[in-house]
Amino acid sequence: MANIQASAPMTEAPGRERLLALPRMLWRDKFAFASAVVLLVVLLCAIFGPALLGDVASSQNLRGRNSPPFDLARGWLYVLGGDSLGRPMLARVIVAARNTMMVAAGAVASALLVGTALGLIAGYRGKNTSQVIMRLGDVIMSFPSLLIAVVVLYILGSSVANMILVLAITRVPIYMRTTRAEVMEIRERMFVQAAIAMGASPGRVILRHILPVVAPTLITIATLDFAFVMLAESALSFLGIGIQPPEITWGLMVSQGRPYLTSAWWLAFWPGLAIILTTLSLNLLSNWMRIAFDPAQRWRLEARSSGNG
Amino acid sequence: MADYLLSVRNLSVRFHTARGAVDAVRSVSWHVDRGETLAILGESGSGKSVSASAIMNLLDIPPAEIVSGEILFGGQDLLKLSREERRRINGKRIAMIFQDPLGHLNPVYPVGWQIAEIMTAHGSKPEDARRRCLELLTRVGIPDVDNALRKYPHQFSGGQRQRLMIAMALALKPDLLIADEPTTALDVTIQAEVLSLLRELQAETGMGLVLITHDLGVVADIADRVVVMNHGEIVEEGSPRDIYHNPKHAYTKKLIAAAPGKGEIPAGEPEADVLLDVRSLSKGYGDFTALKEASFTLRRGQTIAIVGESGSGKSTLARSILRLEPADSGEARWKGRDLLKMPPRELLAARRQMHMIFQDPTQSLNPRMSVYQIISEGWDIHGLMPDRAARRDRVTELLVQVGLSPEHALRYPHQFSGGQRQRIAIARALALEPELIICDEAVSALDVSIQAQVITLLGRLREELGISFLFIAHDLGVVRDFADTVIVMKAGEIVEQGPTLQIFDEPRHPYTQRLLAAALDPDPDVQEGRRQAAATPS
Amino acid sequence: MTKLIGQRAIASLLSLLALLVLVFFLSRLTGDPTSLFLPIDASQEMRDQFRALHGLDDPLLVQFGRYVWDLIHFDLGDSIRKARPAIDVVLEAYAWTLPLALVTMSLVVAAAIVIGSLAAFHVGGFFDRFASVVSLIGASAPDFWIAIVAIVIFSINLGWLPTSGVGTPWHWILPVAVLFIRPFGLIVQVVRGSMLAALSSLYVKTARAKGVKEGKIIFIHALRNAMLPVITVIGDQAAAMLNGAVVVETIFGFPGIGKLMIDSILQRDFNVVLAAIMVTAIAIFLMNLLIDIAYSLLDPRIRH
Repeated sequence: MANIQASAPMTEAPGRERLLALPRMLWRDKFAFASAVVLLVVLLCAIFGPALLGDVASSQNLRGRNSPPFDLARGWLYVLGGDSLGRPMLARVIVAARNTMMVAAGAVASALLVGTALGLIAGYRGKNTSQVIMRLGDVIMSFPSLLIAVVVLYILGSSVANMILVLAITRVPIYMRTTRAEVMEIRERMFVQAAIAMGASPGRVILRHILPVVAPTLITIATLDFAFVMLAESALSFLGIGIQPPEITWGLMVSQGRPYLTSAWWLAFWPGLAIILTTLSLNLLSNWMRIAFDPAQRWRLEARSSGNG
Repeated sequence: MADYLLSVRNLSVRFHTARGAVDAVRSVSWHVDRGETLAILGESGSGKSVSASAIMNLLDIPPAEIVSGEILFGGQDLLKLSREERRRINGKRIAMIFQDPLGHLNPVYPVGWQIAEIMTAHGSKPEDARRRCLELLTRVGIPDVDNALRKYPHQFSGGQRQRLMIAMALALKPDLLIADEPTTALDVTIQAEVLSLLRELQAETGMGLVLITHDLGVVADIADRVVVMNHGEIVEEGSPRDIYHNPKHAYTKKLIAAAPGKGEIPAGEPEADVLLDVRSLSKGYGDFTALKEASFTLRRGQTIAIVGESGSGKSTLARSILRLEPADSGEARWKGRDLLKMPPRELLAARRQMHMIFQDPTQSLNPRMSVYQIISEGWDIHGLMPDRAARRDRVTELLVQVGLSPEHALRYPHQFSGGQRQRIAIARALALEPELIICDEAVSALDVSIQAQVITLLGRLREELGISFLFIAHDLGVVRDFADTVIVMKAGEIVEQGPTLQIFDEPRHPYTQRLLAAALDPDPDVQEGRRQAAATPS
Repeated sequence: MTKLIGQRAIASLLSLLALLVLVFFLSRLTGDPTSLFLPIDASQEMRDQFRALHGLDDPLLVQFGRYVWDLIHFDLGDSIRKARPAIDVVLEAYAWTLPLALVTMSLVVAAAIVIGSLAAFHVGGFFDRFASVVSLIGASAPDFWIAIVAIVIFSINLGWLPTSGVGTPWHWILPVAVLFIRPFGLIVQVVRGSMLAALSSLYVKTARAKGVKEGKIIFIHALRNAMLPVITVIGDQAAAMLNGAVVVETIFGFPGIGKLMIDSILQRDFNVVLAAIMVTAIAIFLMNLLIDIAYSLLDPRIRH
């Protein structure tokens, strides 16, 4: 081992250097880089889409009903065809990105925040607190999540906020359990013990020593989970218990296009493709993160381009 | 040439890693005869295990590549045989035992089945295999043989597991046994038992024995011949006596000089004021008593070593004093104030004055913090040194003091070797100018030569800064060189304590005597004397 | 072991009770089913009569008390929609979901173990790539989308398979295929990972040093150890399937528990919803028990 270590290049990577290292590693993995680009485009659509194309996407045009894709006669907005009311598919897919992203991002962010906080407490506190929190998680986990979603949405009504709430609740245990398990393990590690022996306060131990070690795992899971939540939202909307028209999401669009499958396949195809591209990107990026964030595996990505591998 | 039981000739093995090719061994040649014990001595990374793996066909190819060489056994070059032919030799004619018997036994099958398997794999009938199992287990000294066969690996102790591995390896009376660090994970007393078992079995069967080790003591105890390896090459070869008394190669000289336990025994200064006074400290986990009524006194400038085998409670003692674990009863007075009942603010102040250095520096440094951050963390915690420029200067000073260079401050722990990491840990400890440093097996994970350097560093700091040490270790040699007072622990109790000189020269408690007798001396002559003394009942 | 099962049983019972209470009250908050079952022009008298018949005119707590009382006597009430005991309706649906789950999971487990192991033996080879592509699809593609695309291709364009229903074995192919993808993708990765770990373990090294044949090393030494983490994931996936594959059952018109549950909620057939939850909970509990037993059979360290 000693000579392997010695022959390794001693890379100086302080401060800013380190910040630049990640994008550089991303560039080297073409799949991950393409995923990041796709996600960026989706994000831009979600932010600017409704303002730019909101009106076009909801204006009906009876002559453009179910107009086929790749026909530029009606203008570039109809490049993906028109829907059953003659609205341009491209505009609708772009506009629908907002609700789809908002629900997924909102649910993942709240689940991540609440789950991590509870997990940190459960992992760092005594046995009793931990037991209560974990049993709570077990109860949520043992509920059929789709059922909870249906019941809650049925009662509260299906708005974006309620969708976020429902999906967040069902995802909290994932973060809670991961965080707790990691905290329990990291807490026993020698560097945490060393910090405690030096007099570090619990807050310092958690923020400076435990959280930075757990964070990459959590971010990786959250990326993966983002895809999962998107699929769940789509499924709910598809079943007619999620977002309701005139609001649109990709899942709802697939559902609306279903009756026209044989006559106008593009109605269900494009939003489905949008879902797949986004979730695929999230999955690929998450796989990349798993390696990039692991100091023991990172060299795989660094070595690839440096030519000595 | 052809008369040797096994000979390795000009073997070169290369590992292809993502960071480029690494030559693990370069043109290595050695041989072993029937009835002979050959020791392959080397530190980590020396390539000492590689040729054994090549003999057993255990190298993963790729990433490994056998670049050149041959391994002659029974007139054949093993490297030219087919997989199936080599399989028939493995276990039957050449057997191997390993360092970590728990990991090397399959956790989900009973040990009886696993031992019988080596025989059925080579064509024995199941009934015969079973009968032989009983015989073997009796021979290696496993109690309650009939039930033992049905038990699983996790139900045995570490020493018993190594005996099981030996029984398994010897089931088919192989011509050659390769033992890769067979006693490294074991306590000294168990180590002595396992080595003498190996010696007896070799005498009974006349097999050749290749013993791979990093420990000069093991070589002195058991080897007929020794091959010293460094950086993938054999640097020296000869009898243990020749090598020990007349080392020719610079590396061998360094290795022998680094062997602990030969320096002058330090004398204490018992007149200084009391720093730490531990009274009747006890700690239990459920039914298990980890620490029972431990009492001792540490004076300023004193170095107390706490020695004991695994499970003796020596680490629990240290952790209880530092309040990393709550003690059940007793007190630990730091400058007259009981640490165990201190309010948080006072405890914080006390923790500034004492510091701990852990066994494994890889784990005791936060991998995501730079060396600068690691060293200066104590100042953050205690609100010291607010001036950044002053901090930088002090970090530089500390790095130089522990033998590193100032530019190391911006690097991260994984960029350093094990010895360097322990130096960083020491620099971190010194940053708060502590009066007491508690070392929990601080050098036992390090190679002998690195170990010696770190001990020298600690000794120098003790002299320059007047720091007191509580030095927990299982290696008696290191203790003898470093401590002025020794506490011996067994099963949670302090069985004996006194000046180092007295403990080593006239141990009173039978356990201390046993411990000292079991310890291996790197000098083959001394070790032979010890072995004979142990053999003749007094 | 028995203690563990006991603890599990109590935990399951508690969470089942919590779920029952929650669903009972929440579902009543959605309004009562009267307007869904009677014509719009039904008179107030008819409405009152309907409410009285199904006990919907009492205060909520009284309704709940009555429900619990009946429950103690193993009576789960009647389905309003079908005018039959709710438990019968649920068990009927289960008779469809259970074989669907069983068939799918058996295929998934068999395929995942074989392909996952092959992927581990030949890292970077064909099976490895196949496994990772399927895993990626399983994790990325919405099942409803795959389902409708499959219907378009195989049922409508090619005319090979029926679009929905349960009449013949042919009806099962598409639902099973769509349900297969996600758990397969997940389990195959776990098998691959744990098989890789097992193959590079120290006890496999020992077995090689003993001269054990390669086949025995893989199937006796490595596989049993590699199965330990896999079992847990299989359990989770099987449990999810016992909850009913709502989307797939809806799209393929498969009369299973998932479809029943959604329909019952939308039509406020509360007794069926509650009965379905209870039966599902029991099924999942039994399944977890099976997993625990399998685990302790495989790993002696759990037993002691």
